[in-house]
Amino acid sequence: MASFDTANPYKFEISFHEKWFSVHPVVLSMVAALGLRYSPSNIKFKNLEAKSRHYLKRMGLFDLLKIDSKIEIAEHEPAGRFIPLTTIHDKNSLSAFIEDMIPLLHLEPEKAKPIRYIISELIRNVFEHSKSAIGAVLCAQYYKKSNSIRMGIVDSGVGIRETISSAYPAGNDLDAIKLALTPGVTGTTRRIGGSEQNAGAGLFFIKSIAKVNRDFFMLYSGNSMYKLLKTATDKKVRLYADPLQDKHSSKNNLPCWQGTVVGVDLDLNSKEGFNDLLNLIGNIYSKTIKEKRKQYYRKKARFI
Amino acid sequence: MTTKQQTTIRLFDLVGSLAEDKDAAQKLRRETLMPLVKERHKVILDFKGVEDATQSFIHALLSELIRETEGEALDLIYFKNCNETVKIIINMVVDYMTTV
Repeated sequence: MASFDTANPYKFEISFHEKWFSVHPVVLSMVAALGLRYSPSNIKFKNLEAKSRHYLKRMGLFDLLKIDSKIEIAEHEPAGRFIPLTTIHDKNSLSAFIEDMIPLLHLEPEKAKPIRYIISELIRNVFEHSKSAIGAVLCAQYYKKSNSIRMGIVDSGVGIRETISSAYPAGNDLDAIKLALTPGVTGTTRRIGGSEQNAGAGLFFIKSIAKVNRDFFMLYSGNSMYKLLKTATDKKVRLYADPLQDKHSSKNNLPCWQGTVVGVDLDLNSKEGFNDLLNLIGNIYSKTIKEKRKQYYRKKARFI
Repeated sequence: MTTKQQTTIRLFDLVGSLAEDKDAAQKLRRETLMPLVKERHKVILDFKGVEDATQSFIHALLSELIRETEGEALDLIYFKNCNETVKIIINMVVDYMTTV
């Protein structure tokens, strides 16, 4: 997905490898979010011959973009474990949406907890900060071979840099992403402990959930992307307040994504219980906030 | 349910089994909790039926109460029927809002 071009406002062409393709839900969400900018008659699919095209149909891409794909598929078996492409425009219906959608993944309650936590926090972020005209676009898929869930949540709003810059200076999109992943940093205030509505904890928590599970997490906004890489199984997981201390990769020369993209993978084989995970993440978050407070109160008047 | 000096608020009736609606939390805090705390009423937040809560929800519910009352709200609010997940999140928010 590092190559997309939105220069032509009247034509949206999506091309595929003619024999086979595999699409992460976050990429599918991005394609859908881009496609929603265009009228259906201006959207073209190129080389959509691969057998895997049925996946796009099953995930609801054509329906969402109002395109008649002519692809016929049998209704998916009830055990199909995915959340099809969905747009959410109204935060008032979010709780009900989560309650309805999570059962589609057929997870044990303990395994569903982090997923509904992540979906809730990310979609609330969209409504609170992004000003996205299309709301939030998301989908998720269970992968049997790896016993994992992969999900993508995307908006086409103002992006992280504009949001975070209300309270913290961010020289570029990558700086803004790093700030957004730092505990206690929110675009709504510089006050330690956050505002009455925001603590600057959401993205840090989600990145940390992925890290403790030794999974991927990806945040893309503007020209930049931060990707948390997997922690090797023979290494102890350590959580850091500074996202740069995590094993990660980043890029700041990507095509501009107007808005924010989040991709998360969750390994369901993880033995870490959700409560242990929350305790661990909460401790680091609290410790960071306390450190900030200490530094603040350590300041003294200087007389000259 | 309000007795002479004690009010019980059932969270499940307001937010269902997943306490994640920050707007509902803010409304509850502003319109109900804050006035009761200011009048020094005892408040019981009953989480029976609430399976999960997000940090954002609990932050929106409690942080400003704790800040405005300089922690005194915690002498008047009691948390009832919280499962382990909800307890962890409440303790987390109280911890980072109260420690200097």
